[in-house]
Amino acid sequence: MTVYAAPGTPGSKVTFKSRYENWIGGEWVAPVKGQYFEDITPVTGKPFAEVARGTAEDIELALDAAHKAAPAWGKTSATERAAVLNRIADVIDANTEMLAVAETWDNGKAVRETINADIPLAADHFRYFASAIRAQDGDHAQLDGDTVSYQFHEPLGVVGQIIPWNFPILMAVWKLAPALAAGNAIVLKPAEQTPVSILVLMELIGDILPPGVVNVVNGFGLEAGKPLASSNRIRKIAFTGETTTGRLILQYASANIIPSTVELGGKSPNIFFSDVAQEKDAFYDKAQEGFVLFAFNQGEVCTAPSRALLQKPIYDSFLGDAVTRASKIIQGNPLDTDTQMGAQASNDQLEKILSYIDIGTKEGARLALGGERADLGGDLTDGYYVQPTIFEGHNKMRLFQEEIFGPVLAVTSFTDYDDAISIANDTIYGLGAGVWSRNGNVAYRAGRDIQAGRVWVNNYHAYPAGAAFGGYKSSGIGRENNKLALGHYQQTKNLLVSYSENKLGFF
Amino acid sequence: MSTPTITASVTITGETIPRVELTPVAVDLLRSLWEEHGPLMFHQSGGCCDGSSPMLFMAGEFITSDQDVRLGQFDLAPAGEPGQPLDFWMSAEQFNYWSHTFLTVDVVPGRGSGFSAEAPRGVRFLIRSELMTTMTPFAGPTDTVEADAADSPAPVVAS
Repeated sequence: MTVYAAPGTPGSKVTFKSRYENWIGGEWVAPVKGQYFEDITPVTGKPFAEVARGTAEDIELALDAAHKAAPAWGKTSATERAAVLNRIADVIDANTEMLAVAETWDNGKAVRETINADIPLAADHFRYFASAIRAQDGDHAQLDGDTVSYQFHEPLGVVGQIIPWNFPILMAVWKLAPALAAGNAIVLKPAEQTPVSILVLMELIGDILPPGVVNVVNGFGLEAGKPLASSNRIRKIAFTGETTTGRLILQYASANIIPSTVELGGKSPNIFFSDVAQEKDAFYDKAQEGFVLFAFNQGEVCTAPSRALLQKPIYDSFLGDAVTRASKIIQGNPLDTDTQMGAQASNDQLEKILSYIDIGTKEGARLALGGERADLGGDLTDGYYVQPTIFEGHNKMRLFQEEIFGPVLAVTSFTDYDDAISIANDTIYGLGAGVWSRNGNVAYRAGRDIQAGRVWVNNYHAYPAGAAFGGYKSSGIGRENNKLALGHYQQTKNLLVSYSENKLGFF
Repeated sequence: MSTPTITASVTITGETIPRVELTPVAVDLLRSLWEEHGPLMFHQSGGCCDGSSPMLFMAGEFITSDQDVRLGQFDLAPAGEPGQPLDFWMSAEQFNYWSHTFLTVDVVPGRGSGFSAEAPRGVRFLIRSELMTTMTPFAGPTDTVEADAADSPAPVVAS
């Protein structure tokens, strides 16, 4: 067990600056209007740094810097860009604990997750795209005896990226790595709930990148996000967030006739067929953990397995074991490596989760565990903590249909395979899903029948670089975490070459 | 005089009972934001980080379509003053799962909310929900969705 010292106290792995400016053109630039906002740590509910409150003027400065940097960066060889990405990965690896503590303080999540997942995955992600861009070939086709068609991948130029707060560094890296590998310059707007950890990363990697290739402007969505998303100086806008803002961003993109990729959340079913309980062995234990993964990252994951579907014969016994297991989740100081569940990311997030617990009760769902705010006492008493919560109900309840983005699980039963698939697909979303069965054919078939971009079969919540990630239905457009993402940051240039000496003969 | 609760007028064809209301604190905030930005609109979001919250935009900023339902219209203006209409919208597919609940727009301290206009004030709008006491005065979702009604899922049954 290790308890990391809180930032601002002796021995902390990270020392935050009292004030963070925007990162533009390879240097720290004060916001044009001179305004700042406080960054609050969800761990204690107290502010710990001031952050630039960027506006359209700052976005323009960042776009200036990006446009200045883009032509040269876009002409670098894949070899050079891959080397840069690999150097970034090495620096992240060399600073895992520092970045992990910074991320935990900014977001509230347990440090065992940032150390073992967020930060190592971020490093690996850069390495994956360093490899992917080296391995990417163009196409060519010999169309006839003296005509050849070549397809070249060209960078788009300057792109905009708007990042969510649930994995502030990792989600930024999911967007940065493919965009950089493909040769684009970037203006990135972090979430205003978690504006600082990405700047701590920029302090480490800023001088590895040519000035202006990555620019970070903080601020509120209306004041900084909208000017970026609606700018006619970007060639693509990428966004992770919710459906209404996603639609708005697609509207802005349509006005500029640019592509947009959007990842908009989910309400992921986690299906347990009866045979998982055939024996109380290691696999049963794994499946039980798979159920309890609704509490991973305090439930603040777009793919959180927030609907558990249990086959009727095992419903009572499997749920009983799982509730017992979930009741043992250790909540506490997020900087303690024994802590399994940290704080929700913001006060309004906490309030929203509590409002869903309220409507769940009103709709007649049965509370099987938790259901209240958790007061952890001491310095943590004003932090944003919620008990792991399990409800039983039916799929038409709002608890089963809305992404709560908290440690709140909705459980229901199903009779047979068709019933399971029907309930699983009865949602407007299609981002993630889980299927658990010892019968390979059932598991495989279910995996193909569920309308979701990622179906975990006999596992959940793994995010290895290389496994494509993205939504069906209202969960969005585009794929990340795979070489497919390169295509979202590239333009196709076709060179159609004739080596015939003869004219067409039309004129 | 203290700020009243404001209830939205009924805007769904065939319905007789309002679906949305504003708490007094929401009314005060909206009036202040109206002064700053001019006419406003709500679109209820779903999903992910800032989702499941009502997003406040300048009126017309968010382009609604046949894929949206207008749940009601508020008038923010105090009695006797020129009207300040504010529509409350939701996507039709989301409404199919929300139609059995009455929504109250409240305000809590918070940080950030997509491109919603209240975020710089350090607060955000929050939905509180009650079950509708009866389904009968309400049009089913199939009737309320103007486009592709035949493709809409069956009406939600309140439990």
